Amino acid sequence: MASRTILVLCLKILFPPSGGFVALKTVVEAVREAMYEEMKRDDRVFLLGEDVGRRGGVFLASQGLLEEFGEERVMDTPLAEAAICGVALGAAVKGMRPIAEVQFADFVWPAINQIIGEAARVHYGTNGVLNAPMVVRSPYGGGVKGGLYHSQSIEAYFAHTPGLKVVTPATPFDAKGLLKSAIRDNNPVVFLEHKRTYRLVKGEVPEEEYTIPLGKADVKLEGNDVSVFTYGLMVHYAIQAADVLSQEGISVEVVDLRTVRPLDVETIVRSVEKTGKVVVVHEDNLTGGVGAEVSGIIAEHAFEHLDGPIIRLAGPDVPAMPFSPPLEATFLLNTEKIANGIRQLASY
Amino acid sequence: METVISLPQVGESVTEGVIGKWLKNTGDHFEKYEPLVEVVTDKVTMEVPAPFDGILIEILAEEGQTLPMGAPIAKAETEGMSDQEANTLSAEPPPKPENSPSITTTSASSPQEATSRARIGTFTEGTWGGPTGGLPVEEEETPPSTTHSVPQTIPSQPAQQPPVIANTTTMPEGQSIRSSSVVSRLAQEHGVDLSEIKGTGLGGRITKKDILKAIELREPGGVTGQVTGTTPISLTTQQDTPPQIAPDEEAVAISPLRRTTANNMVRSVQEIPRAWMTMEVDVTNMVLRRNEVKKEFRAREGVPLTYLPFVINVVVDALRECPDVNSRWGVDKIIRRKRINIGIAVATAQGLLVPVLHDADKYSISELAGAAYALIKKAGAGTLGLEDVQGGTFTVNNTGALGTIFTVPIINYPQAAIITTEAIVKRPIVLDDDIIAVRHMMNICISFDHRILDGQGAGSFLSRVKKGIEAIGPTTPV
Repeated sequence: MASRTILVLCLKILFPPSGGFVALKTVVEAVREAMYEEMKRDDRVFLLGEDVGRRGGVFLASQGLLEEFGEERVMDTPLAEAAICGVALGAAVKGMRPIAEVQFADFVWPAINQIIGEAARVHYGTNGVLNAPMVVRSPYGGGVKGGLYHSQSIEAYFAHTPGLKVVTPATPFDAKGLLKSAIRDNNPVVFLEHKRTYRLVKGEVPEEEYTIPLGKADVKLEGNDVSVFTYGLMVHYAIQAADVLSQEGISVEVVDLRTVRPLDVETIVRSVEKTGKVVVVHEDNLTGGVGAEVSGIIAEHAFEHLDGPIIRLAGPDVPAMPFSPPLEATFLLNTEKIANGIRQLASY
Repeated sequence: METVISLPQVGESVTEGVIGKWLKNTGDHFEKYEPLVEVVTDKVTMEVPAPFDGILIEILAEEGQTLPMGAPIAKAETEGMSDQEANTLSAEPPPKPENSPSITTTSASSPQEATSRARIGTFTEGTWGGPTGGLPVEEEETPPSTTHSVPQTIPSQPAQQPPVIANTTTMPEGQSIRSSSVVSRLAQEHGVDLSEIKGTGLGGRITKKDILKAIELREPGGVTGQVTGTTPISLTTQQDTPPQIAPDEEAVAISPLRRTTANNMVRSVQEIPRAWMTMEVDVTNMVLRRNEVKKEFRAREGVPLTYLPFVINVVVDALRECPDVNSRWGVDKIIRRKRINIGIAVATAQGLLVPVLHDADKYSISELAGAAYALIKKAGAGTLGLEDVQGGTFTVNNTGALGTIFTVPIINYPQAAIITTEAIVKRPIVLDDDIIAVRHMMNICISFDHRILDGQGAGSFLSRVKKGIEAIGPTTPV
């Protein structure tokens, strides 16, 4: 009897009820794993970008991939973003599934014509004959003393473009599942990883195979008084703010949008129906940002449920994130600023 | 190579089609644009053209099958195309104009567990709260760096924030109370007077929490679920401001029940396109049967025997045979209700109540008599519970008790129809063989939702009720 109990206990420890092993990974490790697994699974998947091969990526996101898959599938490119994305587009149209890395989101501008002007329009423009199953992945965001050329947020430009999908994960679990889905998606996907989360955020990632569907938001924290819609690094500050406010009797619901195009209208509206009060939070500049679209959707689809104005907390409309640390901190949102904003709306 | 052919989107508001005649058989060769199969949508038949040259391998959708747009209808072998071209044909169509997510091709789906804190993750360094801009953190109790745990106070950080709420003007005295949509709606639905509520919001405004509290105090457990997106926006805008009372008029206060009834009636009439029919029923045999057994029934069961249980018994049979009458409108579908829960309209001192007999199809006539009597008594006494008035799928109203011979009732939203039984009147009637006889006649009337039912459907239902009542006779078990 005792030995059977021990055996059962051992099995429960080795094989936890959730169905598999879990491990703690950082966001960059989750990204690396996703690319590795997809490249193993499908021969058509290959990676190209600056320093992705021999260097393993400047953030080590592709460390070990060259050794595993060889030069034909992990390509070091010249310093030429238009070519990186243009070549990826050409390969995608001919049946490959490229992952084009733009080393820093700030460098994407020369490639805009390839992504927005061409890749986004291929399927529509050829009446469905051709499509471009490519992923453009890039680290974005600030708080790393990156200054003008290593801190930008670029999601709003792509979120405005029909024909693209735009994904902005915040956690290791989401990053891996979403990147796998993005690689398997038949449309061009812009996959933006907040560089501050690369090594800062560590969380559970299952060992078993899983994907997360694009276009679905995730309620990270449930609450009743105020809904906070956010994505990227801000998700973590919003959760911290929610924890602070819960001690003051304010119950905050934090919804991680995860995909900013297409937005998960259903989840957004359902949250507003519940709370009646909305704060949208993003690091990107205020005007014309993703928050503006979320606000428009709520004003149109959930007007009858609003019990207060829609509040947007965002980066100021300043052309770049400053390099000087006090100015960078002034630019960026943080837990206190977010908590203040939520607190004001909660008392409206 | 083998490809799947799907049902293409054939119209803007069309969500599904019924497969008609297949114009090609398995093994047939077809050319691009040649019609493959007929599809019926709404009231029109159209042909689905072949998207490429090929040979039909397998028919996946049978004639008569209803399928949504995009569903696979056939497998075909493509001819004269590269693998790439055939491959891209099975890629999803361009995304629709609205913000709907396009179909992805993920095979494995994410685990269903809700996001746990473990999956959200924690910070690996002590940067709780965000960058401090290099300024010293004032608090000594810096929180432990590896969790999202909450410190006692937030370390002081730079950047003053302007107040986020722009429009904080307070209303000058004497003006009508301005409230948000959700507060106005809740006040309307539950008959709450906003001037009686003390607002705890900014500038004294009434918040959603304030009104929910007021409603809870007034009717505990009375706040029903959230309004879904199907509420028409114009619903109560006409009724917002009560009119002024002239000197030769007198204001009479109304009960919450009256207010709720008023709202439900407005909603029903605004949303449902209602049509109406009537038939006359020869109830002579039902009258005879009831008179025959009523004394013994009263002695045996302890409750009086009215015509209502006879009628309900016939109605539930007819509902079982006409399931669309026991349904509600679902915008792009008809939602049939699996249970048959009959609402009985009862006039009480407070107003109109409609208690519900759940699963009325499981009762015999005598059981119906007992159950209905109990409900009606509770209604009169004002002791109905929430479960007694919820879940109705069809309503029966005995307006005949008032003496009417025709009534055009308003449908009990969101049901598909409502039936009335009118006064039983003795009339000279011409029978078969042209004999004139005096018969007990009762009209039955039905108001029905013309989105769900046509004249055909409503008429056939009413006809079944008529025949069922006329079939009541000396052998009907009571």
